[in-house]
Amino acid sequence: MKALRKYLDKIKPHFEPSGKFSKFHSTFEAFESFLFVPDRVTSKGCHIRDSIDLKRTMTVVILALLPAMLFGMWNVGYQHSLMTGESCTLWQNFAFGFLKVLPIIIVSYGVGLGIEFAFAQARGHEVNEGFLVSGLLIPLILPANVPLWMVAIATAFAVIIGKEVFGGTGMNVFNPALLARAFLFFAYPSHMSGDKVWIAISDGDKVIDGFSGATPLANAAAHQMDKMPSVYDMFMGFIPGSIGETSTLAILIGAIILVITGIGSWKIIISTIVGGLTAGYLFNLFAVNPYMEIPAWHHLLMGGFAFGAVFMATDPVTAAQTERGKWIYGFLVGFLALLVRVFNPAYPEGMMLSILLMNAFAPLIDHYVVQANISKRLKRAQKVAKQ
Amino acid sequence: MSNVIKIKKGLNIPLVGQPEKVLIRADMAETYAVKPTDFPGLIPKLNVQVGDMVKAGSPLFHDKSNPSIVFGSPVSGEVIEIRRGDRRVILEVVIKATAEIDYEQGEPCNPSSLPREQIIERMLNAGLWPIVRQRPYNIIANPTDTPKAIYISCFDTAPLAPDVDFLVNGEAEAFQTGITALSKLTTGKVHLGLNADYPASAVFAKAKDVEMHYFTGPHPAGNVGVHIHHTNPINKGETIWVINPTDVIILGRLFAKGIYDATKVIALAGSEIKKPRYSKVISGARIDSIVNGNMVQSEIEPRYISGNVLTGTKVSHIGFLGFYDNMVTVIPEGNHHEFLGWAAPGLNKHSASRTFLSKLIPGKQFKLDTNLNGGERAYVLSGQYEKVLPMSIYPVHLIKAILANDIDKMEQLGIYEVVEEDLALCEYVCTSKIEVQEILRKGIDSMIKELS
Repeated sequence: MKALRKYLDKIKPHFEPSGKFSKFHSTFEAFESFLFVPDRVTSKGCHIRDSIDLKRTMTVVILALLPAMLFGMWNVGYQHSLMTGESCTLWQNFAFGFLKVLPIIIVSYGVGLGIEFAFAQARGHEVNEGFLVSGLLIPLILPANVPLWMVAIATAFAVIIGKEVFGGTGMNVFNPALLARAFLFFAYPSHMSGDKVWIAISDGDKVIDGFSGATPLANAAAHQMDKMPSVYDMFMGFIPGSIGETSTLAILIGAIILVITGIGSWKIIISTIVGGLTAGYLFNLFAVNPYMEIPAWHHLLMGGFAFGAVFMATDPVTAAQTERGKWIYGFLVGFLALLVRVFNPAYPEGMMLSILLMNAFAPLIDHYVVQANISKRLKRAQKVAKQ
Repeated sequence: MSNVIKIKKGLNIPLVGQPEKVLIRADMAETYAVKPTDFPGLIPKLNVQVGDMVKAGSPLFHDKSNPSIVFGSPVSGEVIEIRRGDRRVILEVVIKATAEIDYEQGEPCNPSSLPREQIIERMLNAGLWPIVRQRPYNIIANPTDTPKAIYISCFDTAPLAPDVDFLVNGEAEAFQTGITALSKLTTGKVHLGLNADYPASAVFAKAKDVEMHYFTGPHPAGNVGVHIHHTNPINKGETIWVINPTDVIILGRLFAKGIYDATKVIALAGSEIKKPRYSKVISGARIDSIVNGNMVQSEIEPRYISGNVLTGTKVSHIGFLGFYDNMVTVIPEGNHHEFLGWAAPGLNKHSASRTFLSKLIPGKQFKLDTNLNGGERAYVLSGQYEKVLPMSIYPVHLIKAILANDIDKMEQLGIYEVVEEDLALCEYVCTSKIEVQEILRKGIDSMIKELS
């Protein structure tokens, strides 16, 4: 490690403002601080600082995403072999999915980080670690069959319009990963919905007779309740869907990691689930069609609900920031997701839209929570003034 | 012990180097100093020049905007240096002490027989008025104000903090005299904040003319600002005065003996100290007199701090003890690179979050250095600050209001109720490494400017 450190110290001057590679200062800094925690010390205020930094935080989120990612890779292969009727081993399925998903991940990271580095350099900032998570979230919420060029433009759109125009990570209003998906959803609807997109198809694949490839949400929306997969299959994730969001079990493992480490807000996760269940039970009460009749808790296993509740709604930048606000925000995310899901025929999945909508309203929720604190303080002052 | 206020939010940072309750006699320091930088917002005007001889209690400088507030010399001797910084700002007025301290002798008297004006006048004349600070803002109190109460915190919960009971041991008489004088200064009462976890020292428990409040919980439960917030919160236009218990004793001596005797007990703590203990010193002592011969042999450069690790001031090896400080902490500097440090399992790393394995070892004491442990970023995480601030205040919103220089918002969000030490833990836990205390002081400075 000393040799590496020495080498870095040797080339570092070239990246200083007067050096010949000063244009790549942010890039150098990003790689240097990735390899070595900087030697910067405290000067004012606290002399000691908590060991946590944004790199550690983001690493934990990526760790939490791994089960969903690995399962998703396997499931891409599994669904493919279901479709073609071939019998494949676990590893064959995984290898197929791995080769299908890896390019999407590489494109997402490549495009996103490229833009992030460029903007950081232009602003003279350090590169923010936020995209390390977004770059993995984007592939996991896309269908396996998505063309790579779409991944590239969606990522570019999300990073530039969703984040950099607001000033970079921490300043954005909308969750960048969801924005990428929403962009594709509205720009290329034929590639993002329907029965055909969810399963990876290679040239020359034969589809066995009677295979539909429809997701549980699509079945439910079409009121084909007899075609719904079993609860066990939905919980384990042996169903078609976006790459990382089919297995509720894998997401649950991620949720446990996020909650134990305290990186994800358990308040948002719980309140989103409560919101979803509330809506589900209300539908049950006033059910007029088969979709409204399905047990409320089944909704938690279908589509992107679990993934959205655990990894999307909890994004600290775009969620409500006050603790009381988080309860309200999460509840509404869950409630609206089901509302869109069940009552809007155009959008089989409501989670994406409901989170993006609540992203827009989170500052308003916070405003009222903070305003309550302000008026409490004002009232206290007025009471004293009267005496 | 009737009503104990339970503080739930906060954080104790267990560090190596807790001082042992042994009082050692430190040598008299070669030089002493009063540092105008200890008093935020102060613009000093000198009363002395280099070469002047002073007595203990003689004025060294005064406040430009309020000339009645003078700063007395803690010792007698010769003014040997007036150290200045950028733009000739006065940093230190250094006195070479005589072996025997020669005091400016005043008339001893019983403060209970004196009217308010005379008590204030005596304190001002003796040069020890600056021991009284006001909230909001944590600046030297304006002697023409009448505070609604006076608060004294009688315990300290900061990392490695001294046991205040030990600091005041045997000074019951002087403490009571000081309290009697203070009780004349307010229309309200003198309030003592005590730790509910153990019986208070007799010095505090037997104090008269006071109202006692009991607190229990993690740091910052010992902060006087937290005590005020939970018992008598400050509204716009109100002031409360605060004073350290050790300074109450110095005040008591002024009335009992007629002299400014700035002797106090301080703690020497931190992982770089061989035997962390207490010693008796005079305010403003050069710290080498305390730390020399008691340092752990190490290749790592030490960081000397006057005060505690969260709010103290960085000083050099031959720097001086701060005016309000009751401890000197020495920890290792963190000016080294760590390979993939952010990915380490972190058995030796302390964090308020639960992302390091050290959370699994209960009772572990940490040896922390001054590394920032990361780079500065925009706010990304939420809810971190709230976990360590036991006040009904939204700290991130307050900090953002300050950054936007929105005076109205700062006022509405409760800037009158907090000072740097209250938000110090927020700065400690901040993932984005934001300089919370510095930002808060800027906000306070603009409030003072705006409202004056």
